Amino acid sequence: MPEPEPQPHPQPPRYDPLEPGDGEAIAPTGQGGQMDLALDEAESLERVIPPGPGNPREKARSLWSDAWHQLRRNPVFVLSSLLIVFLVLIAIWPSLIASGDPLQCDLAHSQEGSAPGHPFGYDTQGCDVYTRTVYGARASITVGVCATLGAALLGAFLGGLAGFFGSWGDALLSRVADIFFGIPVVLGGLVFLSVVTSDTVWPVVGFIVLLGWPQIARIGRGSVITAKQNDYVQAARALGASNARMLLRHVAPNAVAPVIVVATIALGTYIALEATLSFLGVGLRPPTVSWGIDISNAAPQIRNAPHMLLWPAGALSLTVLAFIMLGDAVRDALDPKLR
Amino acid sequence: MGRYVIRRLLQMIPVFIGSTFLIFFMVYALGDPVAALFGDKAPDPATAARIRKDLYLDRPLWEQYLHYMGQIFQGDFGTAFNGQPVLDLMASAFPVTLRLTVVAIAIEVVVGITLGVVSGLRRGKAIDTTLLVLTLVVISVPTFVTGYVLQYVLGVKWGWIRPSVSPDAPWNELLLPGLVLALVSLAYVTRLSRTSIAENAKADYVRTAVAKGLPRRRVVSRHLLRNSLIPVVTFIGTDIGALMGGAIVTERIFNIHGVGYQLYQGILRNNSPTVVGFVTILVIVFLVANLLVDLLYAVLDPRIRYA
Amino acid sequence: MRGATHAQWAACAVAVALAATACGGGSDTGGEGAGIVSSSWGDPQNPLEPANTNEVQGGKVLDMLFRGLKRYDPKTGEALNMVAEKIETTDQQNFTITLKDGWKFSNDEPVTAQSFVDAWNYAADVRNKQNNAPFFADIVGYADVHPASGEPKAKTMSGLVVKDAKTFTVALDKKFSTWPDTLGYQAFSPLPKAFFTDHAGWLDKPVGNGPYTVGSYTKGTAMQLRAWEGYTGPDKAQNGGVDLKVYTDNNTAYTDLISGNLDLVDDVPAAQLKNVKNDLGSRYINQPALIIQTLTFPLYDPRWGKPGMEKVRQGISRAINRDEITRQIFQGTRSPAKDWTSSALGAKGGYADMCGELCTYDPAAAKALIEEGGGLPGGKMTITSNVDTGSHRVWMDAVCNSINNALGQGPVCTVNPVGTFADFRNQQSSYKLTGPFRSGWQGDYPLIQNFLQPLYFTGASSNYGKFSDPEFDKLIDEANSETDTAKAVATFQDAEKILAAQMPSIPLWYQNGSAGYSERLTDVELNQFSVPVYDRIKVG
Repeated sequence: MPEPEPQPHPQPPRYDPLEPGDGEAIAPTGQGGQMDLALDEAESLERVIPPGPGNPREKARSLWSDAWHQLRRNPVFVLSSLLIVFLVLIAIWPSLIASGDPLQCDLAHSQEGSAPGHPFGYDTQGCDVYTRTVYGARASITVGVCATLGAALLGAFLGGLAGFFGSWGDALLSRVADIFFGIPVVLGGLVFLSVVTSDTVWPVVGFIVLLGWPQIARIGRGSVITAKQNDYVQAARALGASNARMLLRHVAPNAVAPVIVVATIALGTYIALEATLSFLGVGLRPPTVSWGIDISNAAPQIRNAPHMLLWPAGALSLTVLAFIMLGDAVRDALDPKLR
Repeated sequence: MGRYVIRRLLQMIPVFIGSTFLIFFMVYALGDPVAALFGDKAPDPATAARIRKDLYLDRPLWEQYLHYMGQIFQGDFGTAFNGQPVLDLMASAFPVTLRLTVVAIAIEVVVGITLGVVSGLRRGKAIDTTLLVLTLVVISVPTFVTGYVLQYVLGVKWGWIRPSVSPDAPWNELLLPGLVLALVSLAYVTRLSRTSIAENAKADYVRTAVAKGLPRRRVVSRHLLRNSLIPVVTFIGTDIGALMGGAIVTERIFNIHGVGYQLYQGILRNNSPTVVGFVTILVIVFLVANLLVDLLYAVLDPRIRYA
Repeated sequence: MRGATHAQWAACAVAVALAATACGGGSDTGGEGAGIVSSSWGDPQNPLEPANTNEVQGGKVLDMLFRGLKRYDPKTGEALNMVAEKIETTDQQNFTITLKDGWKFSNDEPVTAQSFVDAWNYAADVRNKQNNAPFFADIVGYADVHPASGEPKAKTMSGLVVKDAKTFTVALDKKFSTWPDTLGYQAFSPLPKAFFTDHAGWLDKPVGNGPYTVGSYTKGTAMQLRAWEGYTGPDKAQNGGVDLKVYTDNNTAYTDLISGNLDLVDDVPAAQLKNVKNDLGSRYINQPALIIQTLTFPLYDPRWGKPGMEKVRQGISRAINRDEITRQIFQGTRSPAKDWTSSALGAKGGYADMCGELCTYDPAAAKALIEEGGGLPGGKMTITSNVDTGSHRVWMDAVCNSINNALGQGPVCTVNPVGTFADFRNQQSSYKLTGPFRSGWQGDYPLIQNFLQPLYFTGASSNYGKFSDPEFDKLIDEANSETDTAKAVATFQDAEKILAAQMPSIPLWYQNGSAGYSERLTDVELNQFSVPVYDRIKVG
């Protein structure tokens, strides 16, 4: 967490009668400095909302636009966004930084190390590792991002509703999730992906979403169950707030952190899962190039040609890093206690 | 709470029927297993037909399913193609995998939560960054590689351990496989507890506890940690299945004849008794694990009640 | 900094835990007793009945437990009499088999003519669902016990007659001059009475007449075989016994071998081939086995089967750089194929360079041939194989790359991986595949006939491409009724020339058997089925 910029004109904290918890939290405790819990003064100052540009008297912006304001000044957010923009550019136009053809392979160079014009060396088939790593971005990032978004949105939505309303809907959803948990990936992949075949990445994305949502749903359900116990939610209920308002304004922002954490890590595991599916013969089909395929091809050769693993795995790490950082920044921005 | 537990246990019945049928259907959809029993040679039609008849494979799907369920209720889980009763396979595989899972979960809980607490309390410090980098490595390097490298270095290069696990799989031999199996989940647990800790460190009750002058250790363990554990516990609940049924790679590397291996064999050979039998037990494990998780919510957060 | 202390504690705990494993294990080596060989094993796919075992792992055990009428010499592959004293015939169709004296099962039951006849009748009976039943299809009366449909009419085959305790006769339904040479196959093993009276008990602890007996058998995990003191055959075990341990991954077996926990691995993983020299030095065997890998064309599909397409098929064959693929992908554990049989047969057995330049890489000639034949159907082709076993994915990629590079028209060849062997086999046997597909063949016995007839004869059981050529069929029939072995082999080779002209399948490479062993062992060799000759291994 970066040190916040000094605020030249601290404004009085805004007060929202619907958020008693928030209102209470701004009372300075004066104890933070003594604690070993990293509650230093600078951070508690952060909770004081800076004035909006050109509108010092702006009143009660929505929580989500608060978050956006917070985000824009967070260097972690800026850095991770730049990284993601770069990765997306590569995914769309790989030829920007790689001139070769990822399918042009010469077996004579099998597993050779780096050579002029081939900085990362060659893989088992004698293909250029650099070109394949660059070209692999498209399929891998599409699979990773779309599958994560799909699973996270579906899981968070269903899990959130189940946790918030409880009762038979919760029971039904949770038991359906239990059945989904029980389906072995290998079996599900072989059945689902041999029925739905296509040359695009979408069947793979769909399958990963199908497999991934129950976990996020359970995480979301768990944190919604905790969040809805909070005083401010009970207070909002007593004040007659609608379910939708309570869920969106009070519960969701306080329950979203674990979902973001799990989703950003899942992004990496989903890209790796695509490799498992390809290894089983049901994942992405050639001539599609992906990091997953290259990583799974390189894994058994680790003793002979570690460079084959290093580059695609490094690219995967970089992507996951970018999204973990983004997730952290978004989570911080959404957490009223950290402001 | 008693009624809640009973209701949850009753819900197992439809889940049991639903999941057995779903899995049965999926194995059916994989296709006819008989042709593959003959290796590189073409199947002899008369023999193949006879095998299909004896296995009920020549009947419609619903008849096969009813026949299978009928057998289960008589305690007969069918046989694998190598002639072993599925019940025997389960009796030998589940205890081994259970031990492996216990080791993995213990590592996740002890190491994962410790690291999570440390990095949550020291957000942005060197230890936090180091753990983030380790997380990235664990996520992007396949289990096969970490397993193989650790096995090679510890088992062959340094000779500290046996590279493979012996058939009766004693606890001490399962430590390394358990660690390898736990690695990816460890990344989740660490990040989840880090975030929860960082979030709750700002909560009022923590401030109150500190203000009361409670010792730091007590604040962290009784107030902070306890309230931060709900997402972690939920995750571990969902992870049990991944650990038990999905340990195919780890079990292969260390030659453990557990659930993952048997399940994989059953799937590759389209053997529905094996697959349905194992998955059914796994689903029951989930149901129980998730019930325990839901009960733990109330323990961890007294405000949560079950009706 | 107290938090950091926690982390250090955790790290120490892990280190201590790992060290504890070190104390617990690691010290014991493979066999516990003197002279015991520990060896890698795979779980047999079917119950261990001789006529139900059609793969190497089960075959390994049967090879130690049983001795049949004949046995193939591990070096030359020649079928030598074992239990048989003599096998006589005058018409190549009716055989009289006489047994040697003194053979017993390890439960002291003598091996008699009845032991063979009962075993063979059991194997052929469709009610017993034995995989290898078709090996008995040549015997008169097979259709009565193994009808194509419906219930069998008899329990025994009329072509098998016991004359006395040491003699029985076999009547075949047509001439088959090399039939006695097929009798080394394990499906023809004799069975003791206990097999029929206590079947389940026998399967738990099989009893045979070979040099070893089963000490203990834990299904799916391990089998301990011990040298049988009472064995009177010529090939008494040179070691105290063999402990077979089931490995689910050959890489783990290899790791156990180089760390001293295992004595013998008979399947070195492809990824370790580069390290074998370093790890094992001279304790590594790599020799031809009776296995060939081919790409078969779906000739039932007119796009591949119509006249003129043989040029395209030959062109594809010339676009595959076998030398480079076997060297770079397989590290020399495959050798480029030059015919449709196996180099392990040897020149006497019928192996010769029958494919010639058609199996030689030449991109220009490949292009010309394919154009001459009208080009690839639709300008594209896919190669299909299951990818759940072996390193099929790697070589398929390499073959496609080779074809694409040779033709220079972009990615015209793509691989079509199939998830399970069962799925692949079902697509193959229902003739759904529309491009060339992998077909591997492991010889059941070292005869050229076994590599040609079941695969290319019209309507033959493993003729998945539906190749049919009347001239080829005629030559096979002629060769089978030929009494002189050399002449028979020459006629089979004439039939092979038709395969070269028609190219119903592209020979890719011959697969070698490979094995590595520990310093404790000497005299390790592989037979032609790439199974170690266990009885000859010496320990110490």
